[in-house]
Amino acid sequence: MSATTGRLVIVGASLAGLRAAQALRADGFTGSLTIVGDEPHFPYDRPPLSKRTLTADLVPDNALPMPDGLDARWELGQPAVHLDTQRGAVTLGDGTRLAYDGVLVATGSTARGWHDPRSLPERGVLTLRTRDDALRLRAELPPGHKLVVVGAGFLGGEIAAAARARGVDVTLVEAASQPLERAIGAGPGAYMAELHREAGIDLRTGTTVADFRATGGRLTGVRLSDDSELPADVAVLALGAAPATAWLAGSSLDIGNGVRCDIHLRALTADGAVVPGVVAAGDVARVPHHLAGGAPIVLGHWSNAVEQGTAAAHTLLKPDDPRPFTGVPTFWSDLHDARIRSVGLPALADEVRVHEHDLAGRHLEVGYHRAGKLVGALTVGRTGRLTAYRHQLERDAWRARAATEPHRSPCRSSRS
Amino acid sequence: MQITVDMNVCESHGQCVFAAPEVFSFDDEDYLVYDAAPPDALRDKVEKAVASCPVRAITISAR
Repeated sequence: MSATTGRLVIVGASLAGLRAAQALRADGFTGSLTIVGDEPHFPYDRPPLSKRTLTADLVPDNALPMPDGLDARWELGQPAVHLDTQRGAVTLGDGTRLAYDGVLVATGSTARGWHDPRSLPERGVLTLRTRDDALRLRAELPPGHKLVVVGAGFLGGEIAAAARARGVDVTLVEAASQPLERAIGAGPGAYMAELHREAGIDLRTGTTVADFRATGGRLTGVRLSDDSELPADVAVLALGAAPATAWLAGSSLDIGNGVRCDIHLRALTADGAVVPGVVAAGDVARVPHHLAGGAPIVLGHWSNAVEQGTAAAHTLLKPDDPRPFTGVPTFWSDLHDARIRSVGLPALADEVRVHEHDLAGRHLEVGYHRAGKLVGALTVGRTGRLTAYRHQLERDAWRARAATEPHRSPCRSSRS
Repeated sequence: MQITVDMNVCESHGQCVFAAPEVFSFDDEDYLVYDAAPPDALRDKVEKAVASCPVRAITISAR
């Protein structure tokens, strides 16, 4: 394939896929571009699904704006079911075979289900990943309804907050001793716990759901591991996400916990060899990260989908000039009236330094360190202070990049 | 180059401040302040800020 013609297929019609398509055209690709999506919708923004989509009086339109000049063929409502890297083809659920010269895998992730799905009632237990999921959940949240959210991570916390804002009776169940304990530490987690309790959410920590009660196939309540019984009209499982790699089984790609990639976002085999013409981006990709000491990690953040989508497109188009991906992760969450903003990878920290903890004023500033080195930061109402942390992490990223590519200067001007 | 930020949409994500610190910053109350007419030399950075805004609050218009 020349750099500007040929047939490229993007599997995944969400943020990473759309931004990749945009970058391909911006980089001068004039060949045929096909974008495959398992949902029937054109790309839309997911972060509002656990926020405004649930709380707004009218369901907001969260479609992502379609860039000019994309000139793509859309295969929507059909999942990809097979990748043949030998012959260069993607097969869709309806049997359609798309031959490619290059493929970009951006299939995202799926909501983790219950460990024993057969024990679930037929109706009343939901997960939230797609727009259709959000609309189903929204319909189940009239004021006064009783909701149990299982898992107080970012998604579970946001769903609980949104439902509470609608006047729903919410119980939030978390196995750890604080919400988000593993992600942001026990102290900041306790801050989030107070936000939930202040808003009138019944937060139960250190306990899990033992089983679901149902009558006539419809959920009526849950029993917790501490033997307490909670009546429930609806329950949401917010147990995390898993990379959507099932369709890649039988391909040569290493798909253990995400599509394993090198630092240029090129997919690898189990032996660590580059699979020619295959790159990955977004929630589905497991990429070495300098903040993790070079270990490959999956990042399910909005900004990561944007940055990796763009970077993977570049690698696909210019295989002889791949750029290492050294982005600094950022993520956010809105809980009640608190704007949580974060940079880096707080979950890696072995030391959590709380610089400000003011619940009433809605201020929080936390630095995260590993072996004495900054790995992340988190604030509430102090986004301005994140800039300095971000700069520090970026400087470290440049150093890491220079170390992996010693023949390149970090200040190299871009060639055309 | 002329830019506008829809402050009814802005949620203080800070992505624009990361992308173009010469143009965007926060005051002590976490409200965004910005240079509405930055020099054209900063166009690449401002375009990156536009692309990285999760709520698409920033628009560029020709002067």
